[in-house]
This record gives sequence, structure tokens and C-alpha cells, in this order.
Amino acid sequence: MDGMIQLDDMDCEFKEEILSRVPGANLDLCFTCGTCTGGCPASEQFGMDPRKFLRMLLLGMDDEVKQSPWAWVCTMCARCKTVCPMEIDIPKMIYNVRGSWPREKRPKGILGSCDQHIRTGNAMGVPSEDFAWTVEDVAEEIRNEHPGFENLQASVDRVGAVMALNQNSREPVTEPDEMGPLLKILHIAGVDWTYPTVMWGGENYCMFLADDEGWRYITEEFVYHIEHNLGCKVVINTE
Amino acid sequence: MRKFNIPYSFEYKSILELYADWIRDGTLKVNADWNRDLKIKFTVQDPCNIARKIGTDKIVNDLRFVLKTVVGEENVVDMVPNRSNNFCCGGGGGALQGGFPEQRRAYGKVKFDQIMETGADYVIAPCHNCHAQIEDICEHYGGEYRVVHLWTILCLAMGVLGDNERTYLGPDLAELNVLQRRVNNDE
Ligand code: SF4
Ligand code: SF4
Repeated sequence: MDGMIQLDDMDCEFKEEILSRVPGANLDLCFTCGTCTGGCPASEQFGMDPRKFLRMLLLGMDDEVKQSPWAWVCTMCARCKTVCPMEIDIPKMIYNVRGSWPREKRPKGILGSCDQHIRTGNAMGVPSEDFAWTVEDVAEEIRNEHPGFENLQASVDRVGAVMALNQNSREPVTEPDEMGPLLKILHIAGVDWTYPTVMWGGENYCMFLADDEGWRYITEEFVYHIEHNLGCKVVINTE
Repeated sequence: MRKFNIPYSFEYKSILELYADWIRDGTLKVNADWNRDLKIKFTVQDPCNIARKIGTDKIVNDLRFVLKTVVGEENVVDMVPNRSNNFCCGGGGGALQGGFPEQRRAYGKVKFDQIMETGADYVIAPCHNCHAQIEDICEHYGGEYRVVHLWTILCLAMGVLGDNERTYLGPDLAELNVLQRRVNNDE
């Protein structure tokens, strides 16, 4: 958005709405120092930057804010928030701007991955049985062909395992051999571990999509599975 | 889990912390001998999620400890800035699937320049988004570096990396320390 900011509407409905959800976001405290913008890798894309975006919100330019594709170019990396002298939570603001888009209008790639995750437990839509099969297949091949790993174990949903590992769904689908090194390290370290098959994908596209409901559902299902079905003491993020 | 106030009783850890623990207590016996003479250079992409958003540098410091142990301290070159002040690679927040590749790559140009500045042959990217984005900008801007997972280098250093587990290694490491696979009769 280039050009002059039009002060024709000072009704800041959207700002109030965001603040009601994130009371600690401090949006009103911005004194336009520009520190956020200076260190933001997304500055200037689509003629936008975090300070300008926030200013537009504070000026009640709700339609422009809600329609700007910039909300999807910012990666919510939080560099702005970390350096802001007023501790303004720009990533949360962006998250809520994303959430204001009608769900079906949000970027297709992210939407599709989120939907797959809700449906199958991972963003690539791999059925749990296929995941379990791949894990066993990789382990079997290592046992057979890699000297020193004849006793390597890999399991899914093993009740009572101490550790549960998440797994990005990219490997099992496109490059299962890449799962091998991690299995070997766990074997050498003598870890008692298992892969859960409920919401096992390490990725989180529903968060990117700003789909609170989907994100919550995935998290609840995962936690329930770990706590009530498997009883694992530790969850390991392998990302 | 915190966001939704979902109660849980398990501990949540990064695999990077475990690698570091296992090296410190001797569970993983690994060193950088393989790289003493080769002097292949590595740099690290600090994923925003574990570098900045958790409020401590513990995990990214563990990551450096592990990397320095397996490739040699003198062969790790940090980007500037790094750790919690690191620049996002531009692949986060769903950007890889967000549908704005031109903006995503412009965003990643800073990261590309930072990587080139280190002169590193390999970038360790312990996050799948970073991994894919850093590979993409390398190709797009004509870089020569490669992006690898830490587990690949750990296994390489321990001499247990098979020839089938080297997708991300370049020709310089394709033949080094290869775990000889048994040939099965039924193949
Ligand atoms: S750093 Fe904070 S106070 Fe300064 S312009 Fe950005 S949001 Fe406003
Ligand atoms: S969170 Fe968004 S606005 Fe803030 S520095 Fe990162 S890309 Fe820029």
C-alpha cells in the first residue's frame, strides 16, 4: 500500500477487537520509533512494514489492514517484538489479522495442510497405518543391512515408552531413508522411545493459518494420546 | 498447549538438548577427527521458534556445542546476527505455502547474503521450514552451499552413516566414512 494515509475514519473497531483477545499486546503504546521496521526482514514487501501496519490499525484503516496480503508475508518471527521498547506484540497482531480473513480465502497451501493435519494427524495427509509401515520398513532395512544395528528397534504407539517423538511428515513420504540417522542415534543412546500415531506430524500449519479451533483440536488430541494412551514422560521435538 | 491452557504432565524437550546431554555424559562418543584435515566449514540457522520465541538461548547454545564437537570448533562460522537476534530465513509462518514466492525470496535475500558472508560449505538447519527455504534461496540466488540435518553429521562423525543416507551431502562428503552395507542374498 503506497500513498497517503486517509484519516477519514477514526473508528478503531478492529484494534479494539484484537486488544480484547490479546490484552497484553500494548498496541496503543507505539511511538513510531521504527525499531521494529529496521530489523524486519519483511519490511518493504508490498510497500508495507510492521510500524506502518500497526499505524494503519491504530488509525482505524480496518479494511486496508484486513485485506493486505502482507499479513502472509510476515513470518511471525518475532524479531520486531523482541526489540520493541514498548513490548508491542506485533506477531500476535498479525496472527489476529490472518484470523480475520474468511477461512476459505486464506492461502490455499496453508489451508490444505491444516485441513490434512486435522483429518489425518499430519500435514501431508499420510494415513497412520502407512506411517507405521514406513517406520518399520526403515528399521527393518537398517537391521538387515547396516552392521552394528542388528538390534535396532523402532515402534509406534508403544505403551509405557519413556519418550514420544514427533516427526515431520516430509521424511516418511518423500525420503524415508532420511529417518535412518535419527533412529541410529536413538539406538546408540539407548533411548526407550516410540512414535505416536495420533497427530504425529511435527509441523503446525493450523497455527500458521491462524485457525484457533483446528490448532486447539490437534493439540488436545495429541496431549490426550500421550497422557492417557501411551503414558510417555517426555515429548521430544525433532524439528 | 500453553495457548489453550491444556494441562499436560510430560516434559517437552528439543532433540538438540538431548544430543548435547548425551555428548556431555559420554552416551554418544563422537568427535571431529574426520574434519581435522578437511576443514569443511559449517554455519547454523537458528530457527526463530527455538532461538527467539522461547526466551532463552539454551537450545541454540546446545546446538552449537553439538556442532562444534562433531565438526571442530574452528570449522563453525556464525552468521551475524545470530541466536535470539537471528534473522528469520523467511520460510516461517507458513510462507513456503503462503503463495507469495517473490516476496518470500526477497525476504530471504538477507539470509542468503548472511550465509554467503560466512563462506560456509554447509548450513545446519534444524527446522524443516528453514531447511526448505534456505535450499530454495540457495538455488534461486545461485549459491553453492548445501543444507543438512544435524543427525546426518552426527552419524557421519560416528562412522555409521550409510551411502543411502547422504541425500544432502555434497561430493566432498559422499564417500567419507561410509558404513558398508551388507548385501542381502534376496536382493
Ligand atoms: S518498535 Fe515498537 S514502538 Fe517502535 S515503531 Fe515498532 S511497534 Fe512502535
Ligand atoms: S514478526 Fe513479522 S513484522 Fe515482526 S520482524 Fe518478523 S516478519 Fe517482521
